[in-house]
Amino acid sequence: MKRAFLIAVPYVWLLALFLIPFAVVFKISLSDIELAIPPYTPTMKDGLWTMLSQLDFENFIFLTQDDLYWKAYLSSLQIALISTVLTLMVGYPMAYAMARAPEQWRPTLLMLVILPFWTSFLIRVYAWIGILSNEGFLNQFLLWIGIIDTPLTVLNTNTAVYIGIVYTYLPFMILPIYSALDRLDGSLIEAAEDLGCSRLKAFWLVTIPLSKNGIIAGCFLVFIPALGEFVIPSLLGGSGTLMIGKVLFEEFFSNRDWPVASAVAVILLLILIVPIVLFQRNEQKQAEAEK
Amino acid sequence: MKKMMLSTVALGALAGAAIADEVRVYNWSDYIDEDLLTKFEEETGIDLIYDVYDSNEVLETKMLAGGSGYDVVVPSNDFLQRQISAGVYQKLDASKLPNKVNMWDTIEARTSAFDPDNAYSINYMWGTTGIGANVLKVEEFLGPDTPLDSLDLIFNPENMEKLQDCGVHFLDAPTEMIPAALQYIGQDPNSQDPDVLAMAEPILAGVAPYVQKFHSSEYINALANGDICVAFGFSGDILQARDRAAEAENGVEIVYNPVSEGSLMWFDQMAIPADAPNVDNAHAFLNFMMDAQNMAAASNYVYYANGNLASQEFLVEDVIGDPAIYPNGATLEKLYTKSPYPAKVQRTVTRMWTKIKSGT
Repeated sequence: MKRAFLIAVPYVWLLALFLIPFAVVFKISLSDIELAIPPYTPTMKDGLWTMLSQLDFENFIFLTQDDLYWKAYLSSLQIALISTVLTLMVGYPMAYAMARAPEQWRPTLLMLVILPFWTSFLIRVYAWIGILSNEGFLNQFLLWIGIIDTPLTVLNTNTAVYIGIVYTYLPFMILPIYSALDRLDGSLIEAAEDLGCSRLKAFWLVTIPLSKNGIIAGCFLVFIPALGEFVIPSLLGGSGTLMIGKVLFEEFFSNRDWPVASAVAVILLLILIVPIVLFQRNEQKQAEAEK
Repeated sequence: MKKMMLSTVALGALAGAAIADEVRVYNWSDYIDEDLLTKFEEETGIDLIYDVYDSNEVLETKMLAGGSGYDVVVPSNDFLQRQISAGVYQKLDASKLPNKVNMWDTIEARTSAFDPDNAYSINYMWGTTGIGANVLKVEEFLGPDTPLDSLDLIFNPENMEKLQDCGVHFLDAPTEMIPAALQYIGQDPNSQDPDVLAMAEPILAGVAPYVQKFHSSEYINALANGDICVAFGFSGDILQARDRAAEAENGVEIVYNPVSEGSLMWFDQMAIPADAPNVDNAHAFLNFMMDAQNMAAASNYVYYANGNLASQEFLVEDVIGDPAIYPNGATLEKLYTKSPYPAKVQRTVTRMWTKIKSGT
């Protein structure tokens, strides 16, 4: 009884917070736009069977007819991938340094990583406008030390979007890698060095593979939200920054087309879920093979 | 005052479906003299829960989802028109609105184009879309005697190329920019014909590379700080930038001009949602706002023109005497209004706008 209850909890959680909302969005994606409350048809008011019989995949077909959508998906994938790699490159050394720091410093360092969360995400992204703008701190500093003589245009470009994403999601990369490195048994590296590995080689052959799970978790935590990111590209990006989050916003708010917006969201979810499921399957197979 | 308002909003959210004697008003941000809110509560004994939004789209999404719980909302004209046909609003009860006699017939004639007989709405404020310019900087880049009120300033690629380093912002709103572009080439700005609308694309695409940013509110700060030269935006916002620059004494001089070719005129209309929980109190609020002195207080505070004729004697000279706020006869004649696009046309327009901005 108790056991059944314990098993049920995560399923209830999944059902209430994921499957039901997804079913609602999926249903709307099969509906048609209408000027009414709510702005689509059919609804439950028409009766369940009439409603189900009127649903179709028209909106999904529409998405294939305009190159805007797949270009936006591709461009989002590109931005999310590049930012994930950049975040990893910045985050790994930081996590490594934290894990190698003297024991008594670690809580403080960990605190410093978490500290930015105490300020609203929106305000932190907004602050970058002040740093990156033509009259901003970055340009004033570079002009002052004489590296450049005309201000760099960073704000309203994709570069600013990368900076924003890397900055915002850095803690999500650092924390899982840190926790993997923290558990790493130092004697393994000593053993590798005793057996003739250089420090660099020991790092590649021992440290990296053993922190693999942290790296994977960190990459997922950065990549998934970055793919659907809306706030950062709309505040820091330029008009040429094409991202699916912005397209989704336009469909929902400018076109008032909830059905097409829902179809865009359903496909976004598939883009995320399919690779993750495939990846997990692969991991499981490997784990079983190793056994 | 702010603190009190926040707590009333929070209380309101907690109370949910309370039956208290209250009215819930949802208005644009920074859009009222807050003393009026206390005055209303004192005069009527009704609890006023005042909440704000910053875009028509956000309001519309709430209205179309239904059950917002608000009693009075303030959509702009084309949004109101579409929402009326979606069945979002209820007809006003004229017997509960004795102050309606104060309204200005010139404005009512205009607003009846999208709300026939003004059956569903009362005008709150109105204004124009036009050009804000940093006088000295434009002179520096384009030479003296450049007309600051002509669409040629922002739609002629030659001008825009010279201005690009100085900085130009456009509204990120196809429903404002496309009519302006049509006006520039002598087409009907209110056209809903896709072929006519398509003519706006090359005009906008031709100058888009020189536009520093398409955004619907950042230009207020950017103009006031002297970061940009020119912005195509809403009258009240640009006037706000002008006043901020003057207060900061930073040497930036901003002027606002309605477009000499004819500006788009917009109206924010007070209306009562069909499912409003407190209909009587909503009428009491509308009637309170239509009082000449109350409406004048609101305009004197936000620097927008209102549709209340009786309020004009209480307006300060800075408001009633400023042709950028209350345009004189000839300019007023030239102002035009725009109807909402049907869903299909709206999709074409949004798509065109994405193409203009991103090239895709």
